[in-house]
This record gives sequence, structure tokens and C-alpha cells, in this order.
Amino acid sequence: MDFTNKNLWVLFEWNGEPIYVTQTLLSTWVVMGVLIVLAVVVRLRISSFKGVPKGFQNVIETLVELTSNLARDNMGAELDGLGGYFFSIFGFILLSNYSGLFGLRSPTADLATTAALALMTFFMIHAVGLYKRRGKYFKDFLEPIPVLLPINLIGELSKPISLAFRLFGNMLCGVIIMGLIYGMLPIALRILLPDVLHVYFDILVGALQAYIFTVLSMTFVAQKAGTR
Amino acid sequence: MDPKAFILGCSALAAGICTLSGLGSGLGQGIAAGKAAEAVGRQPEARGAVMSTMLIGAAVAETCSIYGLIIALILLMANPLIALL
Repeated sequence: MDFTNKNLWVLFEWNGEPIYVTQTLLSTWVVMGVLIVLAVVVRLRISSFKGVPKGFQNVIETLVELTSNLARDNMGAELDGLGGYFFSIFGFILLSNYSGLFGLRSPTADLATTAALALMTFFMIHAVGLYKRRGKYFKDFLEPIPVLLPINLIGELSKPISLAFRLFGNMLCGVIIMGLIYGMLPIALRILLPDVLHVYFDILVGALQAYIFTVLSMTFVAQKAGTR
Repeated sequence: MDPKAFILGCSALAAGICTLSGLGSGLGQGIAAGKAAEAVGRQPEARGAVMSTMLIGAAVAETCSIYGLIIALILLMANPLIALL
């Protein structure tokens, strides 16, 4: 069986090499489209929001409040302005993980997507750390004794790698196990039985991994910035 | 014997052995969940904080078994040893 990312059609040619639209790219576009439409709908309805929330406004306010509370709890009041960034990261990962339920291949089951997300966290950790701590940022690498500098550097580099591999491994594991089970069952039995496993591998693990990625990123940023 | 078949067979065995790395992280996660249950039993009002701390700890403990999974996948899907023949 083949669980790798398949090429769908040629997008354009670059120096004679074809650049393909892959399954990951297609489902990333779908997820991005859904998120953009959602954002535009919220923006259009924001002028009709009232002091006392009702219905649609209630849902949006709950979501924003939850994320900003999470940011304040994990990063302290100084950095809770970053909550919006982590809200969008959380929404993207959650919708990506759930796109497996609609027959798409999850974008997070591809190392390229998760490595990109982890690199964004990596640059954010060091940019915020440098901005908040100034000169002390470099001194932190020599703690507790200067001999440990290489170990500290390796520790910093291993953060994005473990973030990327954790998300990728969990989601790809779900894709492979579901693929094996669909391949094993006869067609008549494929309707109801795998749903139980979809609840675990897509809904539960998807939400948990999105939460863990967001909270771990917040913890790393706060650790380096020294606000927590 | 065909050397390629020998390498592929050994790689399949090695991929199976790699899944044993789940042993350690499963044990660790079980201990973490047990301690979290103890903590909630002793202090039920701190349930939210205990839960989120436990989830993060369990996720970090899971990393090593994920590395095992990645090695197993590399051995099965993009075997680097075949190129050495």
C-alpha cells in the first residue's frame, strides 16, 4: 500500500522540472479557503455586534476569549498580544487535522507543512526572546556554566524538530492505520465500523495535537522571553 | 541469496523492532496519568491546571516513540540501505 503524498497535476514548469499540485497542497488550499471565508464573514458581521452577545456573536466571543486566556495563562500579561497569532495557528492545525474526515489528505500528515509551522515558532521564540531580554538573551546560552554552550545550542535546535515530528508522526499514524483498516475490510463493512476509529484518530487526536502544538509553542516563547 | 531481498527483509524486521519504542513512552504516560489522577483526588479544585500540565507532559513523553515511528517509516518507505548496494 502507498501512503505517500501523490502528485495530482502539473502546476507549472520551472527550468524544465514540473512542479506538481500534490494532495497536501490541494487540501491546504481548501483549509485556507474555509478559514478566509470564515474570517470575512466575521468581519462583515462585526458592525452588527451589540453589547450583550447573542447567537453567532456569542460563539466568536467565546473562541477569542478562550485563546486570549490561554495566552495570558501560558505567557503572562506582557505577551498576550501574541494570542491572535496562536489563535490562527490553532485554527489552521485543527481544520487541517479535521480535513481527513472529508476525504482529503490532512496537510499536517506531510513533514513539509509541520516543519514550516515549527520553523515559524522557532523564529518567533528567538525574535521575542531577543526583543524582550536584549543582552541577557545571549547570556542565557552560557547558563549555568559556559562549557555547556554546545548542549544549549543543540537543545534550542531540537525544539522545532520535536514540534514538527510530533504533529507529523501523530497525523501520519492516523492516516496509515485508517488506510490499513479500510484496505482490510470488505466493501460492505466499510460504512459503520471504521467510524469508531475516526472518532479517535481524527477528532480526539486532531484536537489534542492542535492544542499541544499551540501550548508548547507558547511555553517555549515565554521561557525564552522570561515572562513566565 | 538476492542481497536486495535480504536487506528488505531485515528492514521489515527492524521496522517492527522500532515500534517497541512505544513501550517506554506508554509506561511514562501511564505513570503521568496516574499521578495526575492522584493530584486531582487530593485537590479537586486544581483540575484544569493539572489536566493541562499532564497533557503537555504526556505529549513530550510521546516524542521518543514518535521518533521510533519515523525510523520505521523511513525503513519501510524510503530505505536508504538499498542505495548502498
